[in-house]
Amino acid sequence: MSDLGFTRSEMMIVAAARELAGQHVCFVGVGLPNIAVNLAQRTVAPDLEMVYEAGVFGARPARLPLSIGDPTIVTGATAVVSMWELFAYYLQRGLIDVGFLGAAQIDRFGNINTTVIGAYDAPKTRLPGSGGACEIAINAREVFVIMRQSARSFVREIDFRTSPGNLGGAEQSEAIRKAGGWNGRGPTVVVTDLGIWHFDETGEMRLDFLHPGATLDEVRATIAWEPKISASLQATPPPTAEELRLVREELDPEGIYAK
Amino acid sequence: MPGKVASMHDAVAAIVRDGDTVAIEGFTHLIGFSAGHEIVRQRKRDLVLARMTPDVIYDQMIAGGVARKLIFSWLGNPGVGGLNAIRRRIEPASLAGERPLEIEEYSHFGMVARYTAGAANLPFMPLRSYFETDLPKANPLIRPIKSPFSDEVVYAVPPLNPDVSIIHAQRADANGNTQIWGLLGAQKEAAFAADRVIVVVEELVDESVVRADPNRTVIPGVIVDAVVVEPYGAHPSYVQGAYDRDNRFYLDWDPISRDEEKVQAWLREWVYGLPDRAAYVEKLGAERIASLRPGPAPSGSVDYGSYR
Repeated sequence: MSDLGFTRSEMMIVAAARELAGQHVCFVGVGLPNIAVNLAQRTVAPDLEMVYEAGVFGARPARLPLSIGDPTIVTGATAVVSMWELFAYYLQRGLIDVGFLGAAQIDRFGNINTTVIGAYDAPKTRLPGSGGACEIAINAREVFVIMRQSARSFVREIDFRTSPGNLGGAEQSEAIRKAGGWNGRGPTVVVTDLGIWHFDETGEMRLDFLHPGATLDEVRATIAWEPKISASLQATPPPTAEELRLVREELDPEGIYAK
Repeated sequence: MPGKVASMHDAVAAIVRDGDTVAIEGFTHLIGFSAGHEIVRQRKRDLVLARMTPDVIYDQMIAGGVARKLIFSWLGNPGVGGLNAIRRRIEPASLAGERPLEIEEYSHFGMVARYTAGAANLPFMPLRSYFETDLPKANPLIRPIKSPFSDEVVYAVPPLNPDVSIIHAQRADANGNTQIWGLLGAQKEAAFAADRVIVVVEELVDESVVRADPNRTVIPGVIVDAVVVEPYGAHPSYVQGAYDRDNRFYLDWDPISRDEEKVQAWLREWVYGLPDRAAYVEKLGAERIASLRPGPAPSGSVDYGSYR
């Protein structure tokens, strides 16, 4: 815990939750997205329909789901369906407004790797792989990403493209997405432990908000390319007492995500 | 015993053969741990194991030496981290010259589409995924296909027809008519796609219980070869309404799985050293089991009506 009174992970989770204000249907990814979306439903987006790839639409979890297949997402949900229905009728049909994903590696255009570090056939580190992320990135209307910054994760070239972002830039991405009939326009937000990135007209991420306590030197030291910084860079408003209470007491009492 | 009811030992001995493609499905929910352990105990070999999320059960089975190949879409210990025993058989740094585990990788939608094609007796299933990703390069069985009705290009995956699918469920009757509630995963598709099906249930019920609520029947007995009655057979995963996921187990598995010696010691203690699931449950202890019991949240009932 810093002398700010909250951790960087708490700031990241709170900032990510706030990005969901005004959204309606959100596909919830494993890990950090799970806690951020659950916080959003308790704060800025009480009517948010949470969709879990395990086959749940309109989850109302009474506790933070331990995984994206936790029984608490079933009890009290609007609908429980087979995974075929979930992916074909809900996602591929175009009902998902936001897909909320994590990532192991990301490039400046928001392309994501969650498959391997190193060569595919002889990996240095074997990561989990796609799960539903590949089709979420293609079929959700927009994609939010939440991940911690490090020079190993914000890389010039990802080792494997698991989930497409803005491909080689906005122009190429828009053309391919239009020609291919994709539902999604790609990534729009990346929330990290240091700040909030949006994507500019070239399709590259740009730092628009810097979290309290973080510095631009840290931002540059944790990115493998020279990052774009907004000319009107703002400070992320710190977490409110209520946001911190929800994270610490209701959602993550053991500090698994927020430490 | 009536109908298709068999012991786990007898069902696995008769139905699972060396070299088979075996799918133990169940997405986080209803994972057939007791069936997986029996396959390890009987030292089956050269299996092709299919599962969307290999989970701790395939980490254990692959450490037990039963598999030559893995077909999957998300390789992790959900909510905890990696599947370290499997990673050791994939990453060259830890292989020590041994032949790596063969892998065939999809996304979740791709795996579900494969089971669905298999269940429906179709040569492929089209889907809107994989565009502009490296997955089709990593797996040449993911192929682009042009629509016969327009210029649209989508991707296609081949059917997955397991030799054996093993499905854990809340209840079935002695003929294998099986009812599930909670997350359905791809249980139905995996069962219909398979040549042989073993159903493992928490509770054996009378046929009249099934017939009183036919909408809840996911798998009909006509495709089921054996019904194994094994309460707590999905531990440490969960069964909706019966027991919660034993998260402590998933957390404890992480340090065990990082050390091959510890994995083998665990298998000796909890699999090879025990005759069956009943012994496993007894060893786990009544207190641990009781701690997993959820509170009640019964559904309302519906009236199907009587039409004579």
